[in-house]
Amino acid sequence: MLAFLVQRISQAVLVMFVISVIAFAIQDGLGDPLQEMVGMSVSMEEREALREELGLNDSMVVQYLRFAGNALQGDLGNSYFYGKPTLEVIAEHLPATLELVIGASLIIMFLSVPIGVYAAIRPQAWLAKFFMGVSTVGISIPVFLTAIVLIQIYSIGVTIEWFPEDTGWGRWLNGAFTTEGGLPSYGRGDELTHLFGTWYSGFFSTDGLMHLVLPCVSLASIMLPLFIRLIRAEMMEVLQSDYIRYARAKGLSSMRINFLHALKNTMLPVITVGGVQVGVMVAYTILTETVFQWPGVGLMFLEAITRSDIPLIVAYLMVVGLIFVITNTLVDLVYGLVNPTVKLTGKKA
Amino acid sequence: MKKLLAALVGTMALATAPVALSAEATKELKMAYDADPVTLDIHEQLSGGILQLSHMSFDPLVRWTKDLGFEGRLAESWERVDDKTMRFKLREGVKFHSGNEFTAKDVKFTYDRLKESQDFKAIFQPFSGINVIDDYTFELVTSEPFPLLLNTATYIFPLDSQFYSGETADGKKKSAIVKHGNSFASDNLSGTGPFVVKSRQQGVRMEFERFADYWDEESPGNVKKIVLTPIKENNTRVSALLSGGVDFIAPVPPTDLDRIKRDKNSELVTMSGTRIIMFHMNQERVEAFKNPKVRQAVAYAINQEGIAAKIMKGFATPAAQMSPAGYQGHNESLKPRYDVKKAQQLMKEAGYEDGFTITMMAPNNRYVNDDKIAQAAAAMLARINIKVDLKTLPKAQYWPEFDNRSGDMMLIGWHADTEDSANFFEFLTFCPEAGSGAGQYNAGNYCNPEIDALVAKANVETDLEKRSAMLQEVEKRLYDDAAFVPLHWQDLAWASKKNVKIEPILNVMNFPFLGDLVIE
Repeated sequence: MLAFLVQRISQAVLVMFVISVIAFAIQDGLGDPLQEMVGMSVSMEEREALREELGLNDSMVVQYLRFAGNALQGDLGNSYFYGKPTLEVIAEHLPATLELVIGASLIIMFLSVPIGVYAAIRPQAWLAKFFMGVSTVGISIPVFLTAIVLIQIYSIGVTIEWFPEDTGWGRWLNGAFTTEGGLPSYGRGDELTHLFGTWYSGFFSTDGLMHLVLPCVSLASIMLPLFIRLIRAEMMEVLQSDYIRYARAKGLSSMRINFLHALKNTMLPVITVGGVQVGVMVAYTILTETVFQWPGVGLMFLEAITRSDIPLIVAYLMVVGLIFVITNTLVDLVYGLVNPTVKLTGKKA
Repeated sequence: MKKLLAALVGTMALATAPVALSAEATKELKMAYDADPVTLDIHEQLSGGILQLSHMSFDPLVRWTKDLGFEGRLAESWERVDDKTMRFKLREGVKFHSGNEFTAKDVKFTYDRLKESQDFKAIFQPFSGINVIDDYTFELVTSEPFPLLLNTATYIFPLDSQFYSGETADGKKKSAIVKHGNSFASDNLSGTGPFVVKSRQQGVRMEFERFADYWDEESPGNVKKIVLTPIKENNTRVSALLSGGVDFIAPVPPTDLDRIKRDKNSELVTMSGTRIIMFHMNQERVEAFKNPKVRQAVAYAINQEGIAAKIMKGFATPAAQMSPAGYQGHNESLKPRYDVKKAQQLMKEAGYEDGFTITMMAPNNRYVNDDKIAQAAAAMLARINIKVDLKTLPKAQYWPEFDNRSGDMMLIGWHADTEDSANFFEFLTFCPEAGSGAGQYNAGNYCNPEIDALVAKANVETDLEKRSAMLQEVEKRLYDDAAFVPLHWQDLAWASKKNVKIEPILNVMNFPFLGDLVIE
């Protein structure tokens, strides 16, 4: 166990190092950070003086060594745009992203398990086929399109007049397809609850929850089909195995077989994939956050790129790298708990 | 009788109106811009966002009216003492947000700070000093006669000198202007303006509340609280308005103009802007561009009206010069001159009938449809056998390329900080000279000392009629010489809910005077 953790931590350090080097190497291609800091009519000399002050004229190696020296002391530099330490800026934006990911994960968990199990147990039922069909569509629609459609339907509202208004059925159909809108389409709302540190939460007020609905649904729409299909496939395989047949022969109730014996073994690979996907989801939030003006790290990162806010870009990449390493480590630990046959050691098996 | 009664009621309403106006600031305005101010220090950066903030939390000495005239704000009146000196009389009884009294020493403090500011010092370069005469009188002195003194005075938003003086707890000067990193002024604000900054989460939201002791009691404004949310994504900003999440948005993307016009709860306001979009033709890189005939051929080949109609969807005013209508240098006689036959003829005369190949560069996220404009221009040039190799870049990467003059034709948009024609010439067509900064953005390397001398002469001409004639002549000569290819002035657009009366407070400079906003 200890050896495992030591190995993981040294891996994490290596990952951080590689990310910082890559981020530094590409910064020249990102453009000139000065453009966002000075007005158009500022003279070349003034610009040159500022560039010198920021240390942008030093060679890449000198800049990197300076950065690395500070980074070892826990200082990842100051964001050009926010004018404060990058880690502070990220800490302010991270809760919003985490809440988005938590909300989406909850939706995925509560929907994918029942639907996946149902589709595995009754593969021929029309409802199961319907779910599988929808999930194929869902997986192939990009998240920003889903988001824009959701905003149009649920926050702006649509008026449908496809059917003749003067007939009863026409009016009913028009009414059924017309939506009022009204759900918030951007931001986190005004009523956030302060939990601790920089964490202001939207989970504890109606307004906050309403603001979470559309972004979470959009983000979940990417991963949900994947999980439904994964659970279905795994479960179908497990249902074919000998111990399930034996349990059936023994006359156990199908409820007990499906949800106690079969589901347990189905979940093993799902946890592995799920852990990795949470990391991927943090990356997907960039699109979702942009469409919903969700003030999380994804939006912050995208804006940092357009502004060439290099210290913030480097710090973000390092933090995300760290999140990946941590989630993977946690997944491995949880896996060990769920499946006692897995042993965590520092050596390769 | 009825008439009499109506008249009576009318006069009564008039008599009670001012009282009612100043007493009832009760409304809340939720608004979304594409970005929030990058700092609270209005001298840290010269940008649209900062000027918008300046007009919310500060007051200028004088401000522009809708028709580009001047209206006194903190300056009650002004008069020329001699051709280098202007004397201002200040409004009395004005208070800062901190409670401090506003006097001429605050103006001096602000003036000195502007002279220090990297972004503003260029604008204030013509000034040689400020003389405080008494608490409410001061004089601005210029080294040469300066016709744009009032234009420049619109940039003087007096700061609370007492508030910004001294040192912070950790020993830093409160008045320091710091471009990166925190300073006292970038996080704290005290002005005389209609709105006090209540809270600010950079990039997320900003809250303002109406200043209880605001001096302008005649302002019809009835907004008590403003919540500003930056929404960068065009579609999201428009959705936020249509779904009722916000009351006022700017800018409105051209693709959504119709959508907002169709919406019965929203109101759209558009205006022809003052930002010129144009191409330079680099004579240093391309020998052919040294020939005026070739430059004219390019100018004749580009269809400004087509671009404005098709690509900008009517959301631009086709241009044949830099100065927009209302500017002193705007020359009515200059018209877009699209004529392919003529262009081909000119190419033939210049000996380039078979054409040549050039490179073109444009940003792709700086101006409205900038990359599409460049594509269209490239296609138009193909018709006179100029083969264009086009490259479009995000703005962060484009400007370094622009500074290096890496393309034969480069796109730029320019807004004159002084709202004056001379500013265009100084930055875009003056003979480039590294030391003085003249022609800093002249990516064409066009150089005509005679024209530069004429502009310089206009810049010390205080007789505005004479000055106007000179600047118009400059536009005409640049046009005849085809010094550059003007495309259009980008239009401006704002949208609000029907009950938010934005039209009266909007202007072509794009600083909405939110203090005067009325919500029904």
